[in-house]
Amino acid sequence: MVSDDSGGAAAVPPGMFRRGMRVLWVAIRTEPVVFLVATAGASLHAAVTVASASVLGRITDDVILPAFDSGRTTAAALATAAALLLAVGLAKALGLAARRLYAGLMQYRMQARYRRSVSRAYLRLPLAWHHRHPTGQLLSNANADVESAWQPLAPLPMAIGSVFMLAVAAVAMVVTDPVLALVAFVTFPVLAVANVVFQRRVAPVAARAQALRAQVSEVAHESFDGALVVKTLGREDTETERFTASAHRLRDAQIEVGRLSAVFVPAMENLPNFGVLAVLLIGMHRLAGGAIDVGDLVQMSYLFTLLTLPIRSFGWILGDLPRSVVGWDRVQAVLGAEGAMADGTAAVGGSGGLRLSVRDLAFSYEDGYSADPARPGRDLADTPGTDAARTTVLHDVSFDIDPGRTVAIVGPTGSGKSTLTTLLMRLVDPDTGTVSLNGTDVRDLRRGEIARTAALVPQTTFVFEDTVRDNVTLGADIPDADVWAALRLARADSFVAALPDSLDTRLGERGTSLSGGQRQRLALARAVVRRPRLLILDDATSAVDPQIEAQILAGLRDTDLAATVVVVAYRRATIELADEVVYLERGTVSDRGTHAELLERSAGYRSLVTAYERAAADRAADLAAADTAPAGTPPGDPGDPRTDDADTTQEIAR
Amino acid sequence: MTAPAPARDRGAAPGEAGGTPALHRSTDTALGTIRRGLRLSPEFARGLGLTLAFAVAATAGKVIVPVAVQQIIDRGLVPDGRPDLGFVTTMVAVCAGLLVVTMVCSYLMNLRLYRATESGLATLRRKAFRHVHDLSVLTQNSERKGALVSRVTSDVDQISTFMQFGGLMLIVSAGQLLIATVLMAVYSWQLTLLVWICFLPLLFGVRWLQRLLSRAYLKVRERTGEMLGAIGETVTGAAVIRAHAIEDRTAERIDTTVHATRTAQVRAQRLAMAVSPFAEIVAAVGNAAVVVAGVLLGLGGAITPGQLVAFLFLMTLFVTPMMMATEIFNEAQNAIAGWRRVLGVLDTVPDIADPGPAGRTLPRGPVGVRFEDVSYHYPDGPTVLDRVNEEITPGTRVAVVGETGSGKTTFVKLLTRLMDPAEGRVLLDGTDLREVAFASLRSRVVMVPQEGFLFDSSLGDNIRFARPEATDADLTTAITELGLADWLAGLAHGLDTPVGQRGESLSAGERQLVALVRAYIADPDLLVLDEATSAVDPDTEVRIQRALDRLTRGRTSVAIAHRLSTAEAADEVLVFDAGRVAQRGRHADLVARPGVYADLYASWVRSSA
Repeated sequence: MVSDDSGGAAAVPPGMFRRGMRVLWVAIRTEPVVFLVATAGASLHAAVTVASASVLGRITDDVILPAFDSGRTTAAALATAAALLLAVGLAKALGLAARRLYAGLMQYRMQARYRRSVSRAYLRLPLAWHHRHPTGQLLSNANADVESAWQPLAPLPMAIGSVFMLAVAAVAMVVTDPVLALVAFVTFPVLAVANVVFQRRVAPVAARAQALRAQVSEVAHESFDGALVVKTLGREDTETERFTASAHRLRDAQIEVGRLSAVFVPAMENLPNFGVLAVLLIGMHRLAGGAIDVGDLVQMSYLFTLLTLPIRSFGWILGDLPRSVVGWDRVQAVLGAEGAMADGTAAVGGSGGLRLSVRDLAFSYEDGYSADPARPGRDLADTPGTDAARTTVLHDVSFDIDPGRTVAIVGPTGSGKSTLTTLLMRLVDPDTGTVSLNGTDVRDLRRGEIARTAALVPQTTFVFEDTVRDNVTLGADIPDADVWAALRLARADSFVAALPDSLDTRLGERGTSLSGGQRQRLALARAVVRRPRLLILDDATSAVDPQIEAQILAGLRDTDLAATVVVVAYRRATIELADEVVYLERGTVSDRGTHAELLERSAGYRSLVTAYERAAADRAADLAAADTAPAGTPPGDPGDPRTDDADTTQEIAR
Repeated sequence: MTAPAPARDRGAAPGEAGGTPALHRSTDTALGTIRRGLRLSPEFARGLGLTLAFAVAATAGKVIVPVAVQQIIDRGLVPDGRPDLGFVTTMVAVCAGLLVVTMVCSYLMNLRLYRATESGLATLRRKAFRHVHDLSVLTQNSERKGALVSRVTSDVDQISTFMQFGGLMLIVSAGQLLIATVLMAVYSWQLTLLVWICFLPLLFGVRWLQRLLSRAYLKVRERTGEMLGAIGETVTGAAVIRAHAIEDRTAERIDTTVHATRTAQVRAQRLAMAVSPFAEIVAAVGNAAVVVAGVLLGLGGAITPGQLVAFLFLMTLFVTPMMMATEIFNEAQNAIAGWRRVLGVLDTVPDIADPGPAGRTLPRGPVGVRFEDVSYHYPDGPTVLDRVNEEITPGTRVAVVGETGSGKTTFVKLLTRLMDPAEGRVLLDGTDLREVAFASLRSRVVMVPQEGFLFDSSLGDNIRFARPEATDADLTTAITELGLADWLAGLAHGLDTPVGQRGESLSAGERQLVALVRAYIADPDLLVLDEATSAVDPDTEVRIQRALDRLTRGRTSVAIAHRLSTAEAADEVLVFDAGRVAQRGRHADLVARPGVYADLYASWVRSSA
């Protein structure tokens, strides 16, 4: 369950402005041309905007007032005025278009670039790294974090244009009338300060609202994911309470954002209006003194109206900066993550089944890591109260498997079987020790060599959002006949044939969904279609009906696949198929031999493999005892009043 | 451009497989949707009149400056061209006072708006969330979980964005245009007409552009969804990608989708920004026309110079609404779509409903079960259960076996009322399940599903989910009674062990153990197990089985068994085959007779014993 009162963690970090600027500088260096065009457009727009006020002032003085005073005007004067206004409008439109188009282009290009880099990093980084990071976090790194890192790029050219505009406007005002310019020099800094104060105040609250929004989504996600449990235990009310509490925290944070906006936004919008009134008041005094004319007054007032929006664009950037920096940092954490597995240059020699040797293997993981390769673990940083203690999963594991042999790995839950299979495939590297294929350390093999020669079928597999065919071939050029042969071997041919578009049926979340057993068989087909020389099955048929499993195993035995097979199993039939058994207990090889030998000499193995038989035997004995002495006192639960009459309804004697 | 948050399945139609009880799809008109949406959250309407009054006052404030400019030019200059300083001072003071008043109105309006909308939307979220849980499992599964989540999150957020920005802008813009027009008309109706002639085509253009734009945004969302799906595969499929060394191919697929997304974004951006330059040009044309026409009118004395200048100021009030219009329409459309989807949830009638106050309460004690002529078929699907008549005596432990698709899971779902039979009745202690109050049903009948879902919390909290008042001592006792004390002792943090998202820090087998303890502590009278120990090793399974045998004594239990060791231990076995109960009896008897069970058992023995 999501903890109750987090979400306040998003305060503005120190040095935000400088760090934000550095992020923007990265974008400018990467896309200099696009940036220059956008900035040029913004500057053109800015310059023309200031000019338009001056044009209006001139028109007032030279065209409007003379016409009204004298009652006459000339067509030339009117045409000039109209032409000036039109030219100003066109130039403004041009600048605006260039600015917005290229600002967008820059933003989207940077997003695309970093999404590619981030996904490259995901592909490069080792599985162990993936296990340390929750899926949701990695997805949001590639999506929301990349997006917010480059969010300020949209208003950036406008803000730069605004700086330019302010400079030009300042000059224009000083030239027009230094005294009136003073009004601007007071008004606009006040506006800028109000802006900064507003962003400073609102940023942490907005960040908190953002975090709470994510939390509402998390609660809903988890609750709907567990809908069956909620329903069967009748916990709808408490779940609704939990969600409502979360929704109310979001509501309160949003109202706080609203309250701050309600104070600052009208103030910032009206500040220039007060400036205009001040300009009018002081301007009339200046007019009385003959220092300016009416046109100057109109120009100054108009300029104030026009400058409001550009100045606020700084606020938008300031508002985006904290999120940008946080997003950038998260993206950088992915891009800068180390630990890619180095590959060698060697190839696996020979042909036919591989010789597998495992020497002194040891493996441990930080707590919070999940042993199941299909399920990423938790990020430790997110789990309070856990020190990064390491748990040993495997130690001193050594064994050899000759080419073409089938070996079963058997052991109780948590003995390290799955971890061992991932080490054999070099999905992870051991702390110490080696895994060798045909005598070559897997770390010395060239990139892709292991996948070319070995295949792992995990207990739960991943289905790509693609066709059945593609899910089997994974893009390799394999004829349909071979695909069908592999599906047949995995006993998946009949259900695939029954799918609406057969091999072309799309699978995955938005396609047809398969049952657990069907997925397992698909994964098996995916492995055998590549004709591996080492096939590793990690309890790969656990969700398949026993009858079908028996057929699959028989098929594997009879196939022409000359592979060494390692199979993790509980079922005795599977174990009996193997030439030999490696029995794991508490992370190390406890014994090794044929099934019969182990049954003979390993107590743990015997206990595990014969659990069902013993249970049956015990029951037979119980039954025999019950027949002689029916309705024995039930053990346990004396505090439960219902046990009183339990016996009467107990055994149905036959 | 702010491309609306990508929601991959917005508007898509999952569960289109004929007749599945999918969510309701609203066919209301846009206005009807808004009206119903507003009515769902009474908080919206509360005090709306006053809020609107403040909004009008705040909007009216926008014309204060143009009026001041006009007044001062026209009346502040005495005929000889010298300023009337007394009048100017009074005018400025009055206007400044009015500005303060409008600022206060604007503050109050914003505050009230945020309070009302956020409270209303929180109510909407809660209603929708609760309703999702009230829907039957079948309906819930007809939608992707992510799509359900977006109905209580991003869909509501879109409404919120519209209410606090787009919708407000719509009202303010409309008010702004209206007030500016009225004032202009007071100054000169001819010039007003001219201004409208200039801007009207733009208004139609905006509407047309907006339609193109909403299509472009849809493309962006679709492409973004595909891209995120492709990137997601590098994370969720990390093991498979490495095991088969398909990194390069995966990278290529991602590049394709990233590129397609960028192309769609740039295309949408081109449309989104198009309106602003046009608005600038229209404004310039308008300005030129007003100056020329204004001067000519002024020659005839129909207008004063101050009024003409004020016109130019007032025209800036026309430009922003035009520039905002596409954004506003877009938000409105998103909000309506959001409301439609939330209404879609609320309009879906739960097909498995609590009988309400008329519901009956089952007395405590072992439960007897009777299936009377029960048939079931999925909507438009083949029959999966065919006229089943069975009775389970209180206190019996029953194992349900059969091949995949034989109907055993359906039997269990009907028994726990996750579904209702198409025909016939399921009775608990003689009461039709449909008449039993949910509170009573869920406290007496508890099912342990195959996938033991855990919440991202501690082990102890997860067990306590079934009984919040249970103490740590209660939990430890329960775990010990189930024979799992060793397992608990082996966990570094005991009951405080964090289980991770969906319990994924634990192994599949361990998750099943937690789910079992959770069900046990709920203390049900009828315990239903759906292959609840399929992922634990045989030794542990047998141990749990024994503990369960002991602990379910005095209760009725029904267990779907994949491994037939469960069936061997049961009082009775129900053997399902092709939707009917083919055989019934004790394991020892059934196995001795030729039939479905003997065959199943033979293949089970071959594979495991």
